Amino acid sequence: MEQKPLKKIDIIFGWDDNCTPIQVVEKSVKKTPESIILDMIDSGLKGRGGAGFPTGLKWKFARNEEADAKYVVCNADEGEPGTFKDREILDKVPEKIFAGMTICAFVVGALEGYIYVRGEYNFMLKALQQKIDLFNQQLHELKVDFHIFLRSGSGAYVCGEESALFESMEGKRGEPRNKPPYPTVSGYNGKPTVINNVETLVYTSEICRMGPEQFKALGTHDSRGSKVFSVSGDTPIAGIYELELGMPLKDFVDEFGDGDTKAIQVGGASGHCVPRKKFNDTIIGFEGIPTGGSMMIFNSSRSMYNVLHDYLEFFTEESCGQCTPCRIGCQQLLKGIEAVKKGERPPTYLDDLKRLTATMKIAAKCGLGQSVANPFTSIVDNFREEIIY
Amino acid sequence: MVNLKINNTPVQVEEGTTILDAAKQLNFRIPTLCNHPDLSVAGNCRVCVVEVKGARLLAASCATPVSEGMEVNTNSEKVRIARKHVLELLLSEHNADCTKCFKNGHCELQQLASEYRYGDHIFIDLVKTGDKVLDISSPSITKDASKCIRCQRCVRTCTELQAVSALAVVHKGDHQTISTFLGKPLNDVVCTNCGQCINRCPTGALYERNYIEDVWHAIYDPNKFVVVETAPATRVALGEDLGIETGQRVTGKMVSALRKMGFNKVLDTDFTADLTILEEGTELLTRLKKALVDKDETVKLPMMTSCSPGWVKFQEHMFPELLDNLSSCKSPQQMFGALAKTYYADKINIKAENMVVVSIMPCTAKKFECNRSEMRDSGFKDVDYVLTTRELAMMIKQAGIEFDKLEDESYDSILGESTGAAVIFGTTGGVMEAALRTAYEIITGVEVPFTNLNIKPVRGMEGVKEASIKIKNTKPEWSFLEGVELNVAVAHGLANAKQLMEAVNSGKTNYHFIEVMGCPGGCIGGGGQPIPTSAEIRKRRAEAIYAEDMGKAVRKSHENPEVAEVYKEYLTHPLGHKSHELLHTHYKARKRY
Repeated sequence: MEQKPLKKIDIIFGWDDNCTPIQVVEKSVKKTPESIILDMIDSGLKGRGGAGFPTGLKWKFARNEEADAKYVVCNADEGEPGTFKDREILDKVPEKIFAGMTICAFVVGALEGYIYVRGEYNFMLKALQQKIDLFNQQLHELKVDFHIFLRSGSGAYVCGEESALFESMEGKRGEPRNKPPYPTVSGYNGKPTVINNVETLVYTSEICRMGPEQFKALGTHDSRGSKVFSVSGDTPIAGIYELELGMPLKDFVDEFGDGDTKAIQVGGASGHCVPRKKFNDTIIGFEGIPTGGSMMIFNSSRSMYNVLHDYLEFFTEESCGQCTPCRIGCQQLLKGIEAVKKGERPPTYLDDLKRLTATMKIAAKCGLGQSVANPFTSIVDNFREEIIY
Repeated sequence: MVNLKINNTPVQVEEGTTILDAAKQLNFRIPTLCNHPDLSVAGNCRVCVVEVKGARLLAASCATPVSEGMEVNTNSEKVRIARKHVLELLLSEHNADCTKCFKNGHCELQQLASEYRYGDHIFIDLVKTGDKVLDISSPSITKDASKCIRCQRCVRTCTELQAVSALAVVHKGDHQTISTFLGKPLNDVVCTNCGQCINRCPTGALYERNYIEDVWHAIYDPNKFVVVETAPATRVALGEDLGIETGQRVTGKMVSALRKMGFNKVLDTDFTADLTILEEGTELLTRLKKALVDKDETVKLPMMTSCSPGWVKFQEHMFPELLDNLSSCKSPQQMFGALAKTYYADKINIKAENMVVVSIMPCTAKKFECNRSEMRDSGFKDVDYVLTTRELAMMIKQAGIEFDKLEDESYDSILGESTGAAVIFGTTGGVMEAALRTAYEIITGVEVPFTNLNIKPVRGMEGVKEASIKIKNTKPEWSFLEGVELNVAVAHGLANAKQLMEAVNSGKTNYHFIEVMGCPGGCIGGGGQPIPTSAEIRKRRAEAIYAEDMGKAVRKSHENPEVAEVYKEYLTHPLGHKSHELLHTHYKARKRY
């Protein structure tokens, strides 16, 4: 499998005084929307929220819809445990997000954009609003007909799911919708909507700034470019790092581990747990294990039962509760491993629970319930004895 | 049109059809729980998942539209395992004390559980316990959270059909539950007691507060004289719970069964429906006269019907500024109770305190209504117990009566005779039609100008109906109405009522008279009627109502001979002194949460 060595990159947080975000906008709106879509597709950029949908295609679908209104929404509901990179982007280079949103709006034909910021980031709303006001003013001066608004979430993890986010924005209870229709057909207020992650939007403006060639020179065939990682856990150098995609997990551990790394949870609570024995042949990227950026490092002092128990408690609480597999499934998984631990159920009950996660993976209504299988099976398969004894 | 294959069978359906409906066309039944024909699609129970070739996820068939070339399997191994898991998960959360449950035998979850017979309940018991689980605060509706499967049918009913929103989803994850505002008791919130949630709840999480044992107790008590009254809409629906086809009229059998059960007198709410028309019709004409002749600006128009207690409570909560527009007439049920314990008790020489009045209603709000403090004008509780159509069906079964084999019997007299105009109270537009048949004839001396007295514009299932009748050739005493265009409107279901009230409040309408029934379809779709309900079922019940009307010898309320007799012997004339005392009332504003 194609892989790249670990390499630190400085695209997201870098600053080009000769081509600031508003200048990227100025430059981009002189192009045709079609050529920007082609650049995005050519760059190979995939969504950085975790699901990895090709950004250029998403924009193209939204552009092709006919509607009296369209929207661009920036998903800044960064709620995945162990992820904190969007917070840094919102704090340090929000203008790049605004530029990405504006270019997207220009491409698809939207006049309004919304940044939906997780409730826990309310402390940054004031500063962010000031920067938005300034940017809106600059757009006005450029005669670009687009306006950015700020929305705050209320602290529900599920509202990071795009359709639940729209429901929340519409003032309703944050519950995922049935799909289809997808957001590019019917999103916010039932109108065609492009919803992109914070980091994705920054890359779109960067691709417009530097051209797709430079971006796609990085990474592998299926995972072009770089990505911002939130590194946490048993590491001496926790923090935010932009790394080229396609590195083997071993390189990552060598760089960030504390010498005693037992496992890495790639992609947050809803991601996969990779044990030491698989570090060598696990690639970080869409061809291997994709991630929204969370890398949680566990050393040998950690009980993987406790890790899984924490994750399941999190999902039990954060399931919106509307669909059966997720609402009750999460509770059963949590109670189930507790029962096995206490000896109230036989170890083979873990296999019953694994079959349940297989159902949740295909029958839950949204990504939340569908992805609980990832941590559960990867931890139970690799650390079964820790769960039982 | 879209071509697809379901279980290898090709089918062609219209674009936009769901997989669930397409499967129905091929006679493949896919189990459902959160889906209901009257409500928006939720897609949250996941019991209807099916496998679509090439798709990573199973699709909720109720929420997934078909697409060209789609290949669906409704019974693949993946589907069966997922369905088993979903059902087992629901059962792990569900208080399955089926033998004690009021919905035993009418529970959709129980039915699926019995169909699939899994047996190996592998999951851990998660049934809710504690003192907040059961809400028995309401005289109409009992809510049992331990039975709730969170399908949200009740929430959608309460918001979409009824615009009441007494029930909502609150909290998330394992704490997610269906709740009233701040978890207050159902009796203390905006709930109108309409019971539409009960009609759509797939389990026993919502059911009527039942008074079956109380009524049996009264029947067995030798010192009590138990009088029963039956509402118009019960006679076209009761059969559904007793093995008789939907849309069949069972009036005579119902009378026979009630008599066999031991009620001392079997009387008819239809009688007081006719009485209501005389009182309410006169009230309308009086209001019109005050407004048009006396130019009295304090007179409230349009006048609105007050037969439906769910609607009355809705108005008290939502539109208190329009309370004076409500007719002061009590509902037929309460008129009956007030007359039974005064005039009728005297007439048959029974002490009112020994009389028990039981009413059989298609309605759960009537249970609340009979407990209202306003409803004690006889000096006693005018109506003692209200039973839903469903409760009556249960009692008939308990009594061992083979309902379908019963011979038809007639109501007792007096307070048992009724006209076709009274029967149609049971469906939306019926009160309006009955009122127009009488009012027009009072004013002009001739019959209302519609073929066979059937006032078609106020019939049918449209949410809000409007009609205008030009009044011509009035009698001399009604000359002020000559040439007046009488504008009326009819709404059923409280969401439609809300829309109509907002129109009235906007000042842009010029209605004189409005009929509102709280339930979709009117009483035939009432919250106490047999379950299930759907537009088709309500349509067939309504057809039965109109057939009953056509079959009646007398079809105008003012020609009911027993009503004339009661006026002669007791009430003297509509809106007379006794009427005011017994048959009229006023309502009060309530809080809006």
